[in-house]
Amino acid sequence: MGKRHLGAGLAVGALLAASLAVPAGADDGIRSGYSYMTPETKGMQDDDFQNPGMIWVDDGEKLWNTVDGKAGKACATCHKDAATSMKGVATVYPKYDPKIKKVKNIEWQVNNCRTERMQAKPWKYESGQLLAMTVYIRHQSRGMPMNVSVDGDAIPFFQAGEKFYNQRRGLLDMACKHCHADNAGKNARANLLSQGQTNGFPVYRLKWQKAGSTHRRFRGCNKQVRATPYKAGSDEYMNLELYVAWRGRGLPVETPAVRN
Amino acid sequence: MGIRTLAVAAMGVALTLAVHGDAAAAESVKYKVVDESSIPKSLTGKPGDPKKGRALAINRKKGNCLACHVMPIPEQPFHGNIGTDLNGVGSRYSEGELRLRVVDPKVVNPDTIMPAFYKTAGLHRVLKKWQGKTIIGAQDVEDIIAYLKTLK
Repeated sequence: MGKRHLGAGLAVGALLAASLAVPAGADDGIRSGYSYMTPETKGMQDDDFQNPGMIWVDDGEKLWNTVDGKAGKACATCHKDAATSMKGVATVYPKYDPKIKKVKNIEWQVNNCRTERMQAKPWKYESGQLLAMTVYIRHQSRGMPMNVSVDGDAIPFFQAGEKFYNQRRGLLDMACKHCHADNAGKNARANLLSQGQTNGFPVYRLKWQKAGSTHRRFRGCNKQVRATPYKAGSDEYMNLELYVAWRGRGLPVETPAVRN
Repeated sequence: MGIRTLAVAAMGVALTLAVHGDAAAAESVKYKVVDESSIPKSLTGKPGDPKKGRALAINRKKGNCLACHVMPIPEQPFHGNIGTDLNGVGSRYSEGELRLRVVDPKVVNPDTIMPAFYKTAGLHRVLKKWQGKTIIGAQDVEDIIAYLKTLK
């Protein structure tokens, strides 16, 4: 169970019917980063007691229940039990917000709640608190299929993300798609190229020895092709995050995933 | 006096290294693509050294050909499989065709993942420290071509 059979005989239905405990693939050959990992790394992710990302889940839960800001509120004051109120949220983010007329991700929404509702200071992108809260919120959707909306008002932002994904950049003159669409499954020396899916983010990355966001990963990829990265939380990366989430449609949310 | 001159000269070298690091020199050699398939003329006029070319193919900060290509370099454990196997590439292409494929492979295949190793024009958002630089120098190109020609 949970093994990916590449044989043509296995129907998509069988994959969907597979238990969500072990992340399977979605249809159309869409593969979670999980499927590229070694058995050891998979095992680390599968066992909550071994998964180092669970530390961020625990920290996030504490923050969820901690009063902060002049309004004297915690997240739990309004949203009560995250297991209920946040269930499914990760599957539809990033999403278009008519108030800002832009696409927002969970990190943005957390900080918006903090400044608008709690009258608290926003957390810095990639800070321990923002990572923990994002991991905690996304964790409430673990096993649910990614399903972002890319129609209606989201269309131009989705298209901007797609354009970014396909645009060459940096001295190495590579687009995201060259590694993660055209050559996923192949090796760059010892490095197995994945589809660059975001369903496990924020992930615990062994290389980082901590949890990290999609935008941190985008910056790392951009720098690797010797391109100037954008800021974490920038519009460019919000749009890219939407496009990449759409590429992973149907994949189960795995947060906190473990990656190398 | 002689010692002092030497010291100043050495300082100059140190400064140059500090500024350029391992970045290649700016593209300075003009070249001519013939029939969109070949750069017949050497970039430097100086014969390439196949031994140096082989080392550049391994070097992750220079040619790094092994990142994407299987090559007859058995002492290196991991060869990428994104590009074509380079065994026998010296028989399949002429020297000029090889040179174009290293200098600017997009002339041959606009959609290729392969970087242009000797080009600065038309790039998007290059990191400041790499602006105006090529991935490898002109003589590096010639050394790699000399090595690829030996892969018969």
